[in-house]
Amino acid sequence: MKKFTIRSVVAIGIGTALYIVLSLVSIPLAFIPNTAIQPRAALLALLAAIFGPIVGGAVGLLGHILADAFQYGGVWWSWVFPDAVFGILAGIFASKYQIEKGGFATKQIVLFNAVQIVANALAWIVLAPILDIVIYAEPANKVFTQGAFAFLGNIITIGILGTLLAVAYTKVKASSSSLDRED
Amino acid sequence: MGRLLTYSDKNTWIHRLCGVTKMVFFILWSIVGMITYDTRILLFMFVSSLLLFAMSKTEYHQVATVLKVILFFLLINVVAIFFFSPYQGTKIYGTRSDLLHLAGYYTFTKEQLFYELNIILKYFTVIPVALMFIVTTNPSEFAASLSKLGVKYSIGYSIAIALRYIPDIQKNFQEIKTAQEARGIDMSKNVKLIPRIKNIIAIIFPLIFSSLERIDTISNAMELRGFGKHKKRTWYSERAFQLSDYITIAFILLFSILAMVITFYDGSRFYNPFIILSFIL
Repeated sequence: MKKFTIRSVVAIGIGTALYIVLSLVSIPLAFIPNTAIQPRAALLALLAAIFGPIVGGAVGLLGHILADAFQYGGVWWSWVFPDAVFGILAGIFASKYQIEKGGFATKQIVLFNAVQIVANALAWIVLAPILDIVIYAEPANKVFTQGAFAFLGNIITIGILGTLLAVAYTKVKASSSSLDRED
Repeated sequence: MGRLLTYSDKNTWIHRLCGVTKMVFFILWSIVGMITYDTRILLFMFVSSLLLFAMSKTEYHQVATVLKVILFFLLINVVAIFFFSPYQGTKIYGTRSDLLHLAGYYTFTKEQLFYELNIILKYFTVIPVALMFIVTTNPSEFAASLSKLGVKYSIGYSIAIALRYIPDIQKNFQEIKTAQEARGIDMSKNVKLIPRIKNIIAIIFPLIFSSLERIDTISNAMELRGFGKHKKRTWYSERAFQLSDYITIAFILLFSILAMVITFYDGSRFYNPFIILSFIL
């Protein structure tokens, strides 16, 4: 695992700020009630895939806390921790994606999406409802339904937006570092 | 585009408190508010948070937009709880007294009413304190004072960067959005779903990529200035602990312990007026 570098410090800071600003953007999906395309989820997946689990987890945690606080004035803790866990899980294979080296191709796309689906399932279908029940004593069927919708919204968002972002970014990076030395 | 709460500079004793003091207060306050279902404690917290809110001279218009959003979500949540689990209250309090039969499976019971009132109260104990925490705490002073809690300064610095760059990135977002709108790219709900997603991509991609570039610029600048060389650093906007900080922290610690003792005194986190009532009747 990579060390906690200056770049990670800055990536957490800027990533969190970006996550908070993107929290203000979401498109409700009319055909599935209660579900929205949230670009911030795609951003979190991208940051985790580029910078690894520490940055991913920290942006998920800080970003969600601050975005909740600035937007609603309250923090819904049982949904903060799943976001942090998602950030950590999504970043575990960061070195395999090679986004910054311009190597994010079909194989990596498949792995990226497999990981995001598993991580989302753990975070939103398992962890979030359990925390809702333990912390807030809310009815089980309500929170599991909510969790399932959050799961759906997120895998769609990250599957489309997250993949596109990573593909586009890997192209930008490749073009900037593909200069050959002339003999 | 919604609005975010922002710090406003005023001179009250709450503004003068250390950022960390307010954070400790806010965290313990919301944990107690989260754990306890004891109506007496919740009522006490609700009244005192309103008092604190008034003392911080926070004006209604500062928080109005945000408050409306919260109330809207609260309403949805309360209705959803009843819809999914109309007998949660009965289950918790162990008795059942019907008030009104609605339709089919749904009957409105006193226990459910009481349980949902408690949930609403839980929101209202935390909301004023949270709003106040944000509008009275200077972000840079807050990040600086985190080091007092023993938080490593690199983490404090991450938070400082995040708070520092929110307005910049928001401005950046507006600029890109306006520029793209001038080219006929609209991300409002007047557009159908698929083109709307495409338009959002046209706006957030440049935003995300320019921000990722910013990460490299800033970290290079910090590296050049030797960030992280020493174990400690000084902060420009750090504030020393004062008597009022110690008093506030002592109060919140005492209160939290007391609240937990009262809540769990009878072995359950729920205050149950129904059992007491059935003893009397």
